[in-house]
Amino acid sequence: MNYDFYHVESDTIHLRGSYIKGTIPEIHKDLTSTLLKSNIRNHYSELKIDGSQLTELDSSGVALLDEIMEILDISTNALVNFSAGNQKKINIFSSFSPHKNEKNINEKTDETFLYKIGDFFYKYLCHSYEMLVLTSDIFYWSIVGLFDKKGHRKGSFTQQSLFIGLNAIPIVCLLSFIIGLILSLQSAIQLRQFGADQFLGNLLGVALVSELAPLITAIIVAGRSGSAIASEIATMKVTEELDALKMMALNPIRYVVVPKFHAITVCMSILVVFSIIVGILGGLLVAVMYLGLTPISFINACISAVSMKTFVITLIKSTVFAWQIVIIGSHYGFIVQGGAEGVGKATTQSVVASIFGVIIMDALFSFLYLV
Amino acid sequence: MKQNNIDKIPIIEVSNLTAKYGDKTILNNISLDIYSGEVTVILGASGGGKTTFMKNIIRLIEPFSGSVKIFGNEIVNMEEQDFNEILKRVGMLFQNGALLNSISIFENISIPLEQHTNLPFSIREKIIKKKLELVGLSHAINLLPSELSGGMKKRAALARAIALDPEILFFDEPSAGLDPITSSNLDELILNLKKQLNISLVIVTHELASIYRIADRIVFFDKGELVYQGDLTGVINCEHPIVKKFFEVGKF
Repeated sequence: MNYDFYHVESDTIHLRGSYIKGTIPEIHKDLTSTLLKSNIRNHYSELKIDGSQLTELDSSGVALLDEIMEILDISTNALVNFSAGNQKKINIFSSFSPHKNEKNINEKTDETFLYKIGDFFYKYLCHSYEMLVLTSDIFYWSIVGLFDKKGHRKGSFTQQSLFIGLNAIPIVCLLSFIIGLILSLQSAIQLRQFGADQFLGNLLGVALVSELAPLITAIIVAGRSGSAIASEIATMKVTEELDALKMMALNPIRYVVVPKFHAITVCMSILVVFSIIVGILGGLLVAVMYLGLTPISFINACISAVSMKTFVITLIKSTVFAWQIVIIGSHYGFIVQGGAEGVGKATTQSVVASIFGVIIMDALFSFLYLV
Repeated sequence: MKQNNIDKIPIIEVSNLTAKYGDKTILNNISLDIYSGEVTVILGASGGGKTTFMKNIIRLIEPFSGSVKIFGNEIVNMEEQDFNEILKRVGMLFQNGALLNSISIFENISIPLEQHTNLPFSIREKIIKKKLELVGLSHAINLLPSELSGGMKKRAALARAIALDPEILFFDEPSAGLDPITSSNLDELILNLKKQLNISLVIVTHELASIYRIADRIVFFDKGELVYQGDLTGVINCEHPIVKKFFEVGKF
């Protein structure tokens, strides 16, 4: 039971050396296990802790003393022969000192399984309700904004169109080209087995126009612009800029969201058209190089396969996707809570939710093509 | 007695410190000592180089030239590892607390203890509870920083700053954004901690009320130059036009 830092002598524990952050881990392990194993508590009614040989003491040392006192169930009266300096530190840091730790720490209540399910659906309902209100607000103000240019900054529509539309063209084109290329290469291999080479154009035209082009574009826009909208609005909310706008008698939706809404409405269809054209060019490469078709026949097949109705539905669909992205992005921006970490969370949630929403909406629209 | 600095130990020695942002000189050839066990208040107009001075001392900004010694060790060009050892012996309270927002107060204070010591959890927990109690925030231990008011955030940040029992504490405008009562409570708390824990304090502030309450020694910067250093009575009677104006416009 002897150790460099302490030794136990009948009813007294003598402490030695420095009890500071560097040494405490070692002493703690050894001393507590020794004390727990020994039945010193049962042998003596009065225990003492002697600090005459203690050189240094810091707050972690005092915390250890507290723990010893808890284990041995003794009070600060048992601490004897501490130097004045160390005694002062004990008085400040010990939780046994006059101002005792209060146990008013609010602990989290246990949530039962049913409670969690109920909570989830309740929150979901609240979200949906808020989202509906926001949607109606955005539609109202964007229609008002069409006729009344007051209430949003001059040039913000152009600026947003550049950001959402023009800057997205390279990445949309690149991805569409690659997808068109891959899709036609994979199909060409299959089609060739049946000698159905000349139908590649029909296949690619329908696939790109009715599904792939709007979907790819929507996912890119959700990732690029949806996240930007969510983080911008969330930051404005956190830094009280939205409140500042309200205090200047400006409607935040009208001032911040409506220009984005207008911009995305115009740009999305244009982006989708770009995506379709470039995707078909990718397919053309395969058709000419791999299948040996003439460009004219391939493009004719593409155009003949796509009816005007399909094309119009696609344009409507992509515009709905775009609205959805703006609404979801600004919804998560407006409901942000907390500080910087809230902004990050809101952005992530908005991207996930808008991609999810786009795919669900796409499934709904696929019924429209059947009609 | 306060004038008599000869028998006091300088804890921070700054000599010929020059700080620049690009080509712009912020501090020009500053030499001064900060003594152990004192409250040193750094004053000056906005943009006068106060915060830059403090950030240079603790190398949040690297000094352009000159020498800074903390605890007698030259810290300019010191190896990062050695400097980290120095940093463990000082604490800093930032203007808005700078608590990590995504984790609770308990975990915030736990960071330095967890990273720089091998203390077992039970000991760490005791220290954290005690430090929070010293700043009067025991009830907020499980709350997130965003759930606290401005004054509470600062107190929680103070608890984090004293987690490792530092010897020097730096304060960047502790009373900024607080009402006079909260600010005076914070000053009282700072003074109490100084008395109890025997810490040396370096405070950047504008609050005249706060200066009268806590300052032992005053350092006054203007346009990157050190224009005054000395005690409180000296600064009030100081003839330097800028210092004089600073104390006059603050009066009612």
